[in-house]
Amino acid sequence: MTTTAAPRRPMLRTLVVTEARLLLREPILLVWTTGLPIIAFTVLALVPGTSRPTDTLGGLSYAQVYLGIIALIALALLSTMSLPAVLGAYRERGVLRRLSVTPMRPWRLLATQIGINLTVVLSTVAVMLIVATATFDDGFPGHPLGWLVTYLLAATALLGLAALVAAVAPSAKIANAITSILFFPLMFFAGLWMPQQQMPGWLRTISEYTPLGAASQALTASIEGDFPPITALAVLAAYAAVFVGLAIRTFRWE
Amino acid sequence: MPAITARGLRKSYHGRPVVDGIDLDVEEGEIFALLGPNGAGKTTTVEMLTGVRRRDAGEISVLGLDPDRDRPRLAHVVGVQLQDSQLPDKLRVGEAIALFASFYRDPLDGDELLDRLHLTQLRRQPFAKLSGGQKQRLAVALALVGRPRVAVLDELTTGLDPKARRETWGLVSGLRESGVTVVLVTHFMEEAEYLADRLALFEAGRIVALDTPAGLIAERTAGRQEVRFRLDGDVDAAADALRALPDVRSVTTHGTTIVVTGGGDVVLAVTAHIARAGLTARDLRVRQATLDDAILIPGSDA
Repeated sequence: MTTTAAPRRPMLRTLVVTEARLLLREPILLVWTTGLPIIAFTVLALVPGTSRPTDTLGGLSYAQVYLGIIALIALALLSTMSLPAVLGAYRERGVLRRLSVTPMRPWRLLATQIGINLTVVLSTVAVMLIVATATFDDGFPGHPLGWLVTYLLAATALLGLAALVAAVAPSAKIANAITSILFFPLMFFAGLWMPQQQMPGWLRTISEYTPLGAASQALTASIEGDFPPITALAVLAAYAAVFVGLAIRTFRWE
Repeated sequence: MPAITARGLRKSYHGRPVVDGIDLDVEEGEIFALLGPNGAGKTTTVEMLTGVRRRDAGEISVLGLDPDRDRPRLAHVVGVQLQDSQLPDKLRVGEAIALFASFYRDPLDGDELLDRLHLTQLRRQPFAKLSGGQKQRLAVALALVGRPRVAVLDELTTGLDPKARRETWGLVSGLRESGVTVVLVTHFMEEAEYLADRLALFEAGRIVALDTPAGLIAERTAGRQEVRFRLDGDVDAAADALRALPDVRSVTTHGTTIVVTGGGDVVLAVTAHIARAGLTARDLRVRQATLDDAILIPGSDA
């Protein structure tokens, strides 16, 4: 055997770089989860009918209201399409089994996946916010810190949920099925079909205690220029902690 | 001190025993083969040795570590190639090596390893585009990159064409010189005969024979050899004369072809008789018993 010592590369950095490269080699997935939301929002921001304020939305424009909703769609799309599918495929193809006989521990892979997807989705929203700043009459739409805190918490909560699904689902197919079923109620409460402003009071209350409902409420406040309500942020933080914690506890190589 | 010892190893799936009381000692630096038909418990045994599966009963020590209790430490000193384990389709050969190297404290140089396994040209090739033989070479590289003291190779050459199989064999026997202890799972007798210093023959979850390949062949076949040739002339008369020779066990004829089997000095006896009697024996061939003969001989269930 050769005796040359290799220059030692840090494990976590190599893992992050490798997994990031693999994600970037899935252009169709990236078009769906980053390109589509950006294009959809840009259209809303440019078309006169949706970029002007309207009374039905309390003086906001459709573009302003849907900025938050589309930001959440981007998050939900990536969470449901990318993370569980990747980890499910790793499980099916024996990649996880192979990793189980190396000194790498499972939580590192999970944390890497969450981190990479978080970066992708934050970049998507950053682009949308640049478009909004450039097209809206008042420049940057709302409270920058509110945006950052809300979106970071919402993304962590949702990616945590996706990681939890990946941890408990025995295959990519089942993981996809679970996340597709979760996608619709999550997006409903976020206000995809009916903005929270138009929901009846009781429905709105339920919505505010779901992950994307709380995120939507907090983003709406941020867009209006206020720091989001603490309850909404607390709900998001609780979801993030519980989902990520459970995912890391339950994720096994086998 | 043996690299691996196992005592009274047992594992059942749904009440059906798959490994049913196995004892093993693998010496440091040897190539040890687990041989037997599919479903005999070979893979389950190495899965318990490497900590992939928990044993139901028994004791295991791999380099002084218990796979069920010391798995993280064991992972640093045991390199594994698993049956049917794939990599992500778009992961390239060079990236796979760099990634796996990063898992270990003192990895081998990835470039040298790729070179040694003739993978340098394929460095930028994605996993999905590799041939079966290339995938197996990569699997061996990944099993070795952490500089393991024990390498476990499960069904290394299954699905390979004969040329790729030969190449892979060369690679494994090269490990012997580097002092790595190799545990090889195979159902190819030829492979075990070519590579193994010692082998354990598995049948229905038990070890039914444990020996060197040569020892097992000699014991199971009583040193059986076979001489075969075509004869110009009276085949039946020649056959009768051959039956009278010492060490000859059987003589059969197929048209003009005569097949003589026997032990001891049967080859010498037959060739001397041919010369003495002035027979014209054409296409004379001698065949030693192989592991195939040893294992397929009546008395074993395989």
